[in-house]
Amino acid sequence: MAKVRVATMWFSGCAGCHMSFLDIDETLIDLAGMIELYNSPLTDLKTFPEAGADVTLIEGAVANEEHLHLARVAREKSKIIVALGDCAVTGNVPSLRNGMDPDQMIEGIYGKPATSNGELPYEVVPHLLGRVRPLSEVIPVDYFLHGCPPPASLIAKAVLALVQGKTPELAGADLKFG
Amino acid sequence: MERITVKIDGRDIVTSPGRTILEVARENGIRIPTLCHLDGLSDVGACRLCIVDVRGQLVTACTTRVADKMEVLTATETVQAYRRTILELLFAEGNHICAFCVSNGGCELQDLACELGMHSVRVPYAFPRHRIDASHPRFLIDRDRCVLCGRCVRVCAEVEGARTWDFAERGSHARVITDLDVDWGDAASCTSCGKCVEVCPTGAIVRKGASNGEMRKRPEVVAGLKERRKHG
Repeated sequence: MAKVRVATMWFSGCAGCHMSFLDIDETLIDLAGMIELYNSPLTDLKTFPEAGADVTLIEGAVANEEHLHLARVAREKSKIIVALGDCAVTGNVPSLRNGMDPDQMIEGIYGKPATSNGELPYEVVPHLLGRVRPLSEVIPVDYFLHGCPPPASLIAKAVLALVQGKTPELAGADLKFG
Repeated sequence: MERITVKIDGRDIVTSPGRTILEVARENGIRIPTLCHLDGLSDVGACRLCIVDVRGQLVTACTTRVADKMEVLTATETVQAYRRTILELLFAEGNHICAFCVSNGGCELQDLACELGMHSVRVPYAFPRHRIDASHPRFLIDRDRCVLCGRCVRVCAEVEGARTWDFAERGSHARVITDLDVDWGDAASCTSCGKCVEVCPTGAIVRKGASNGEMRKRPEVVAGLKERRKHG
């Protein structure tokens, strides 16, 4: 059986969802035989693979222009998109900045940029979006894994179902935020 | 005593007139989700989550009285779809960030998302900016987490008799206020009884000093108080 191509991405989040993914313990061994892990913070690939992915899990909210771009690329090149964790599902903690001016915030936190033109090097540092958005506000999302982070058992259940071509049954306590 | 028969989800139930659909359903083990309803307080039908189908019309079970030969459906697909949308609107209208809320794990709104199967919020989040009022020495209100159920307003008026809480403004500007919109700590009518804290279904009105996930409410104290008062 051909291995299922799985990608994971990390937008505006704390990496806790990826940690929880690694917390699925021995299920990782089962998964390893079934999946090929593509683009992921764990593999440190910088671009989304041209060949595309069967399942892409995205942690974090959409907070800057790069996230927005990558979300669209991921949607185009993935069969199934999973919003992994509350930041991707609702905006969660990163969304607390909504209502504040991003430029003022950057100056307030980092001070004035020490560059010759007085601007941040935007060719490598992406612009912040005016407001942080949940993933489903920018691309269609197929499944939502709630939790901050989602419990390892929930991630295991969902990913195992998806790589076997099944619909993950998410109900009741699976839908608990926080 | 007059007897009437109502049909709820296909079951014939004999009851007496003057009671609400919610009361009759619950007595017969039929669960209808609620948020603004609280045993011991008057019903206002504010949250709309208890809507049920009465011959094609959607009505709130907490404020609609049963009538003879009434036919009620509590969980049709339409009813459930509307409830989910209402819940999504409640989530979108505030900043309900469960991850670091004191009521995480003890919140009626959070529980409703599980019960009603809310996978995501399909309307854009409003991300409003609300004021937190921590001027009271023992309690605080974080209006980001307020769903305007009005339990605080009702418990303060109906049980404590202080009428410290009330609503101000309308629509998306609506909020609960203390006295004539003064800081809670300056609200002269507040007796600091803490009933508003216990009945608030979310982490909006809480005890100071509670940390992430530590706040547990006891909304059932109101029904207990009412019962004891009835017996003098």
